Amino acid sequence: MTVGLTHYLVVSTLLFGLGLYGVLTRRNAVANLMGIELMLNAGNINLVAFNRYVAPGAVAGHVFALVVITLAACEAAIGLALVMAAYRSLETIHVDEINVMKW
Amino acid sequence: MGELAVFIILSAVILIPGVIVVTSGNIVRSALSLVPTFFGVTGFYIMLQAEFVAGIQVLIYAGAITVLILFVIMLTEGGSGVEVRQVNEQVPLGATAALWLAFLMLLVFVRTPWSLSPGRPPAYSAPAIGQSFLTNYVLIFEVTSLVLLVALIGAIVIARREE
Repeated sequence: MTVGLTHYLVVSTLLFGLGLYGVLTRRNAVANLMGIELMLNAGNINLVAFNRYVAPGAVAGHVFALVVITLAACEAAIGLALVMAAYRSLETIHVDEINVMKW
Repeated sequence: MGELAVFIILSAVILIPGVIVVTSGNIVRSALSLVPTFFGVTGFYIMLQAEFVAGIQVLIYAGAITVLILFVIMLTEGGSGVEVRQVNEQVPLGATAALWLAFLMLLVFVRTPWSLSPGRPPAYSAPAIGQSFLTNYVLIFEVTSLVLLVALIGAIVIARREE
């Protein structure tokens, strides 16, 4: 039995579910960002796996995976900067306590 | 047979630390558990013969993003202690939603007849990736560089201490 496309899809789906659970249940904004990273990784596995098994000669999946990695780095930088700003002004990074829109 | 064994080991390396990431009460342990997850995904990329993506994955995810997350955890110490409750009150709801979504997606993925192509990928993918970034996908390339610049400036502006 060789490893096929479905194997990768199953693992990436489980990883996506884990990330979604983390985003939905964590109070800490940094932990929410970690969940988002897991979900983006799951998406990247799918892109590269489809590239390998559906169109082996093309590199479109690789290109999009690289773009997603770049945007994930941007998202982490901006998100963590927002966490820092929120911590400085509100003294908390728990997303269920950050509920004021204007001070 | 060896391929399947490697795949199973890599799946365990991805999913077991992934569970720790989303359930651990210690936020630093969560952040450090991201590292084996990212390395397992790197192993998947190598198995899928995407060696350039694998290299970038190690550099950016395992190198940069984990360090960034650890720095922010240390700078926001008040919200990250082990005695602070780390989960909100919607744990059953979140678990149900995640399980149902995963179940439905698994059903779809397993039942869909994918139009697989039996060809072999080229021996090295990096030259083709560079070629296509500067020909077919040049707009994506340029817009991504612009997004990187804006994110850089935005992160500095947002995180800067106000005078």
